[in-house]
Amino acid sequence: MFKKDIPPSNRSKVKSSVQRGLRQRFVEAYPGFEPYIDDILPKKAQLDAVKLPEKCTLYTIDSTPLFYQPQDGPPIPHLKLIHQYPTALPTVQIDRGAIRFVLAGAALMAPGLTSPGGRLPEKENALEAGQVVAVLAEGKETACLVGTLKMGTEDMKSKGKGVVMEDGHYLGDGLWRMHLD
Amino acid sequence: MAEVVQSGPVEAQARHVVYCGVCTLPPEYCEFGGTAKKCEEWLKEKQPELYQRLHSEEAISANLSTLSISAQERAAKDAAKKEAKAALAEARDAERKAASKVQIKRVERNKRKHVTVIAGLEVYGLENKKVAKELGKKFATGSSVTRSAAGNEEITVQGDVSDDVQDWLLEVYGKEIPEANIEIIEDKKKKGSS
Repeated sequence: MFKKDIPPSNRSKVKSSVQRGLRQRFVEAYPGFEPYIDDILPKKAQLDAVKLPEKCTLYTIDSTPLFYQPQDGPPIPHLKLIHQYPTALPTVQIDRGAIRFVLAGAALMAPGLTSPGGRLPEKENALEAGQVVAVLAEGKETACLVGTLKMGTEDMKSKGKGVVMEDGHYLGDGLWRMHLD
Repeated sequence: MAEVVQSGPVEAQARHVVYCGVCTLPPEYCEFGGTAKKCEEWLKEKQPELYQRLHSEEAISANLSTLSISAQERAAKDAAKKEAKAALAEARDAERKAASKVQIKRVERNKRKHVTVIAGLEVYGLENKKVAKELGKKFATGSSVTRSAAGNEEITVQGDVSDDVQDWLLEVYGKEIPEANIEIIEDKKKKGSS
């Protein structure tokens, strides 16, 4: 989604009422962030909105990116936020061979998750398509990709092939490299 | 990199992650960033502890054992290619920086009034819009980003401030722009060349 560098664009302040709504939506979408929400998004802080390509909006506090939101989609946390609170999102793991493709911006494919190096949640915690997940990598501590699943995890296990996630936010993409000051 | 601080179920602290100063990725991913060598040096210097952990024999052999030989070869080839590309891009960038000049032109507007036109800042990674604002503040004059006839963006500062602009640029952005690469053009006719 953000393969290209993002040109610096205008930032505008978010109305406090809108900010409250966003905060609400964010917590609803990610219950995992709820205990930390006051650290992430203090009630008094001034949220800034930065326009991104493809009708996305990035929300930041000062120069700290928090999350971005595609038009009418759920907010998706920025990888820096995920690195800070690694337990807040459901995670899946890819094997080592897939890392370089992911960091080059390729769509995430199922074999990278189903192989021995990858990890998918157990059946009782299966994730559905449309869920936002953080993708960890084999042997690494920090997440390398975040985005919405295109396929449920149980489907992946049974089929073992196909696209799992497109249009994610990965380490080193335009959004990651974006300067916010 | 700090481990997850687990001080009770709710009051967990935000984890602090160190990012590489060269490629901006978390250091564990430096090997995929295309500037692996440089990142390694940086890490060695700035974060010796982390360096020890990531580049110990153990970690490297663990990395290698999980992939099949052919996949390893392919990955290595790919990494080498990426690295070469990055190095090339950097060299080209440096060359471009050395070759290009910041031009400060004094343009006559009407007999005794002038505007100062500054072009070529973006090569040095400066943002025209921001610099224009700064200049306007500094000299208390109108200052804006305009598009020249050739379609390039340049900064137009009202009034003849070319010498002052040069001094200011050297003072504030002296690190980015070498003095030799700033030139002041007096005559309007010489536009662009010389």
